[in-house]
Amino acid sequence: MLGKLDWSAIPFDQPIPLVAGAVVLVAILAVLIWVVVKGHLPYLWREWITSVDHKRIGVMYILLASVMLLRGGSDAIMMRIQQAVAYQSQGYLPPEHYNQIFSAHGTIMIFFVAMPFVIGLMNLIVPLQLGVRDVAFPTLNSVGFWLTATGALLVNISLVVGEFARTGWLAFPPLSELSYSPGVGVDYYAWSLQISGVGTLLAGINLVTTVLKLRTKGMNYLRMPMFCWTTLASNLLIVAAFPILTATLAMLLLDRYLGFHFFTNEAGGNVMMFMNLIWAWGHPEVYILVLPAFGIFSEVVSTFSGKALFGYRSMVLATMAICVISFMVWLHHFFTMGAGPDVNAIFGIASMIIAVPTGVKIYNWLFTMYGGRIRFATPMLWAVGFMVTFIIGGLTGVLVAVPPADFMLHNSMFLVAHFHNVIIGGVLFGAFAGFEYWFPKAFGFRLDERWGKAAFWFTFLGFYVTFMPLYIVGMLGMTRRMQHYDVAAWRPWMIVAAVGMAVLTIGVICQIMQLVVSIRNREALRDRTGDPWDGRSLEWATSSPPPVFNFAFHPDVRGEDAYWAMKAHARQQSFEHEVPEYQDIEMPRNSPTGFVCAFFATIMGFALIWHIWWMVILGGIGAFATFVVFAWRDHDEYVIPAEEVARIDRVNLEERRSLVSMAGAV
Amino acid sequence: MAMTATADHARADPHHIGVVIEHPGPAPKRIVTAYGFWIFLLSDIVMFSCFFAAYAVLVGQTAGGPKGAEIFEQRNVAIETVCLLLSSFTCGMASIAADVRNRFWFYLGMSVTCVLGLIFLAIEFREFANLVARGYGPSRSAFLTTFFSLVGCHGLHVSAGILWLLTMMAQVFAKGFRADILRRMMCFALFWHALDIIWVAIFSVVYLLGSAP
Repeated sequence: MLGKLDWSAIPFDQPIPLVAGAVVLVAILAVLIWVVVKGHLPYLWREWITSVDHKRIGVMYILLASVMLLRGGSDAIMMRIQQAVAYQSQGYLPPEHYNQIFSAHGTIMIFFVAMPFVIGLMNLIVPLQLGVRDVAFPTLNSVGFWLTATGALLVNISLVVGEFARTGWLAFPPLSELSYSPGVGVDYYAWSLQISGVGTLLAGINLVTTVLKLRTKGMNYLRMPMFCWTTLASNLLIVAAFPILTATLAMLLLDRYLGFHFFTNEAGGNVMMFMNLIWAWGHPEVYILVLPAFGIFSEVVSTFSGKALFGYRSMVLATMAICVISFMVWLHHFFTMGAGPDVNAIFGIASMIIAVPTGVKIYNWLFTMYGGRIRFATPMLWAVGFMVTFIIGGLTGVLVAVPPADFMLHNSMFLVAHFHNVIIGGVLFGAFAGFEYWFPKAFGFRLDERWGKAAFWFTFLGFYVTFMPLYIVGMLGMTRRMQHYDVAAWRPWMIVAAVGMAVLTIGVICQIMQLVVSIRNREALRDRTGDPWDGRSLEWATSSPPPVFNFAFHPDVRGEDAYWAMKAHARQQSFEHEVPEYQDIEMPRNSPTGFVCAFFATIMGFALIWHIWWMVILGGIGAFATFVVFAWRDHDEYVIPAEEVARIDRVNLEERRSLVSMAGAV
Repeated sequence: MAMTATADHARADPHHIGVVIEHPGPAPKRIVTAYGFWIFLLSDIVMFSCFFAAYAVLVGQTAGGPKGAEIFEQRNVAIETVCLLLSSFTCGMASIAADVRNRFWFYLGMSVTCVLGLIFLAIEFREFANLVARGYGPSRSAFLTTFFSLVGCHGLHVSAGILWLLTMMAQVFAKGFRADILRRMMCFALFWHALDIIWVAIFSVVYLLGSAP
């Protein structure tokens, strides 16, 4: 009846996951009860859950990422403590639990923190920067988000029902095959990634089509803000790379469920094929994450230096070069596995070449700052912190790209330090910069600068204290994923790293405090102009938060930095003689399709993990029925009448006029 | 804020792009939909390419089991290919009928497409069942694993396509040739033709190359 599921799936003998699960459950229930009692449920359903507005979906993506960041961060804290205490002892985490934690940490941080964070920011901002009213496929966008949430939900369910993979975040066979991992851990891993992977692919298709086909009048390719370019590159990579992940995990699942022989040791299966396939996705994946961050830094550095981005065209070229070369370096993840000197040399050289366009970008940012009127607001602090940190991470990356050096450093803590250096210093700093920079746009009030700066400094210092020691223990020969160790020389460094983790945690607390304090002081921090940073691109040309239709008129773009030019123009001639004639606007209707799809996907995923076949069929029928019901609807758009558009837009124009005249007076 | 100098500079197109053709603005819905669906098809082809790659890597790993030449029946494959290519033709006819809003030819074209697709699936199913019955199922060897996966993945796509085809017919029956339904029909046609392209690759790589002794 319930397949492999019975009471033994709940880890009654392990207090840590049980207590953690109970706390999360209580928190979720408390929030639900609060929402229902306060009567917010209809509002949430109408305005958020069923919303197909790209801005709302973007915010929900970022919320999901933030919550999962706390989960992945808790895993990180547990690992750092374990390695600090597990010298010549077992520490406090038994091996099978420790293995689940490092696997879950990697999986969550990449798939359910970094990915939704950058996809959320792209969703929120790109249509605004392009001067259009929505993404290409609004309902699909909602489906994509909810499928990502489904994957995150399944990973969290594994905390209390069953177990998570103990295989590391990429589940290499033969360890992940049925004979060595007979439990449901790998199945949780694979199905949650399959489901959220479909969501990511939908987001990728959507954003590529949006950038290529939906741009406002005059928004030629070489006038797009840098963030739109990096979004394009990143989503092209999603479209080209995520199907590889889907295929690879499908093969692994076929091995596990139906006794196929893709990656087994028996009957001619080939383990190295898994390594090649997974990294053919995995290396582009790191650029999927970091390219949008590069775009964010370009916007931030240019805005807070008060200058147009230096070397815009070389930046575009560097972005697209990274997009292509990122597919030609995957083998550097397994130099040690016997491909031979010629192949290793080629991939080593390619890995060094890809550092060149990244270097171009760094110089462009530096030259943008050079001679600029720099304001060190919180987003700019993250950007500068990124440049310093990312260069160190990039240099250690070039070091491990040298095959002979890699033979010494492969799978050591040095490698762990390297990729945290680029992912935290690149992607996470970028996500935080974007969060601080665009928060006023999304909600209409600024974030508190004091707490923001405190969050930056604690995170920045905490990062160095945590990860520089890991470089050193890596040099001292410590391999990654060790549950305990007996080498005295490593011990002090592991303790320093644990202290660093505490500093990082203070940074996270500051971040949360910043949000709380800012929400409480929102009237004082209110931004009525829609342009709190003196911005340059079109997202600042509309009010904060933008109306559901973003722009009353499609803006007419005449050059780079479109809004900057408009402001300059207005300062000379004022808005006065522009008497716009408002028209009705058609917008897509809200739809519960995404949420319902995700509901059935959750049921199907859970049933597949536990081999409950009738439930799989039920979920499949439900998903198809949802699809048909959606296809059958007659009205997919509603009209906002011209008077309403005029009313909303006039308020915005008033505020803007006063801003321009004030600036002119100064 | 003395920013006028920089602002003028920005407006003056600092990179001297020179004469540019102004972008006309957002594309119409029909273009956007078809474009997005093309991108999806490309991603689908990337997925197939992984299964092709796996097949190419593992084709020699027969683990004492049969080689391709011993199990492929060329007559069946020929019939399958003819069915699928013909169905692409009838699908094209149905698209034309939809464009000129002729219900009779639309239903006829779609029905024939459906029947041809079903014949294809029946033959493939018989081939698979036959192999499993002889003990040459996908668990027998890595070669058979990839053979079943690659061909089966295409078969699953055709099955999904038939489900979609029937939904399309029902939609036209219930709603007529509305603009959004015509857009969906265009996507369906793209999907069906793409499956044909993939079949040509399977036919060449798996059956033709594999039949050589």
